[in-house]
Amino acid sequence: MGAGHTHALYLDRGGRVHRLAPEVKIVAVLLFTIVVVVTPPAEFPAFAGYLVLLAGVAAVARVPALWLLKRATIELPFVLLAVALPVFGHGERIDWLGLSLSVEGLHGAWNILAKGTLGVLASLLLAATTTMRDLILGLDRLRVPAVFTQIATFMLRYIDVLADDARRMRIARLSRGYDPRFLWQVKAFAVGVGSLFLRSYERGERVYLAMVSRGYTGRLPHAESRKPATREWALAATLPLISLGIAVLA
Amino acid sequence: MDAQAMHIANGIVNGPVSAIFVVFAVAVLAVCVRRARADLDDRLAPMAGLVSAFIFAVQMLNFQVLPGVSGHLLGGTLAVILVGPWVGALCVSTVLIVQCLLFADGGLTAIGLNITNMALLGTAAGYLLVAGLLRVLPKNPGGLGVTAFAASVVSVVVASQGFVLEYALGGTTDLSLPWISGTMAGVHVLIGIGEGLIAATTVATVARVRPDLVYALRKFRKPVVLEEVAA
Repeated sequence: MGAGHTHALYLDRGGRVHRLAPEVKIVAVLLFTIVVVVTPPAEFPAFAGYLVLLAGVAAVARVPALWLLKRATIELPFVLLAVALPVFGHGERIDWLGLSLSVEGLHGAWNILAKGTLGVLASLLLAATTTMRDLILGLDRLRVPAVFTQIATFMLRYIDVLADDARRMRIARLSRGYDPRFLWQVKAFAVGVGSLFLRSYERGERVYLAMVSRGYTGRLPHAESRKPATREWALAATLPLISLGIAVLA
Repeated sequence: MDAQAMHIANGIVNGPVSAIFVVFAVAVLAVCVRRARADLDDRLAPMAGLVSAFIFAVQMLNFQVLPGVSGHLLGGTLAVILVGPWVGALCVSTVLIVQCLLFADGGLTAIGLNITNMALLGTAAGYLLVAGLLRVLPKNPGGLGVTAFAASVVSVVVASQGFVLEYALGGTTDLSLPWISGTMAGVHVLIGIGEGLIAATTVATVARVRPDLVYALRKFRKPVVLEEVAA
């Protein structure tokens, strides 16, 4: 927990995108995703343009393409559904490699695949260039209610507490001669899930009380320290603006 | 159907319907924020964080139910029992927003749909059932466990039917609605049973060791104290 409070998807590079204020990046990604989603699925050149645009941002942010692609596999479960659409869809059908595919289903599958992939890539770029703390600060400065940022702060911190406690309990079981195989591990976990929750709560409660006694009032400190310069907004605005341009031209 | 069913990705439901549900979700969450402020004290704040972390962890457990169709736990009922409906809805929403921003899970423009299904519909159904069942069942760890199990099953199925409604309003592809509805309900009954077992063991343990932490038991606590004083 002491090691920097980053998250699994953060990539520590000192690029220009990393240094942008978090709220600027959140707004830029949100607007970009909206432009992508409202683009009619048949505008194929537009989607190619979006992809080139994201590749450009990744290059400026010095995020390797392979790193992005590996993490983009998170969308695989719903790609499977997209594959099912042409097979089970209705309407006019075409034959392809001996399979009878629905044209409408093919369009639908493309729609989901293209928009989903672009959205995942944009979110991954945001996550790769922004630390967890900065994201929460960004949401805070975007006037997200303090209840939300408070819950999010504790949640992200307690994920580590939970994982560490689960590991300690497993080691404790193993060191007492418990030798679980395959599915029987699940049983021990299920029986222990309640006590895992309680142990973590009591640990987290101590952390919280320690924070309160050091002056924590529900917001992270320095929330107002740095207002993003107009230059930063302008720089980040290029992403949604160029994508809008592509959408209009295509 | 994990990403599509529970975590709707960008582009599955069309823009206007997504926008309507964003407005709907924001409006309901605003009410939750106002009601949650009264609830969020020194005991509930860390609990809300832990419940969110717990939900975050269990949402990563994906059940492969049929080939190509999987789903995951929601955790709304657990949140309702431990932190109450208002904070509970905020906990699940926070999980969804963080997953969307930080882990690219669920589309950014589909966030209104996802929050409506999992954080609002699921939690509301869970809350109604918990409130109803606790009137008749014993207020002990066992009764609470049974309540948690039953409410979990129902809330997960209700949440899955929320997707069917949204898909009927603005689905971008043409799949037959009864088929989707049936598949979703079937898969999510199984998921609900899994979720119910986890929620029941967790809640029962907490109720046994630290009953003061269980939000759902709060309103039943006072009369007990008064009786003891009277006796």
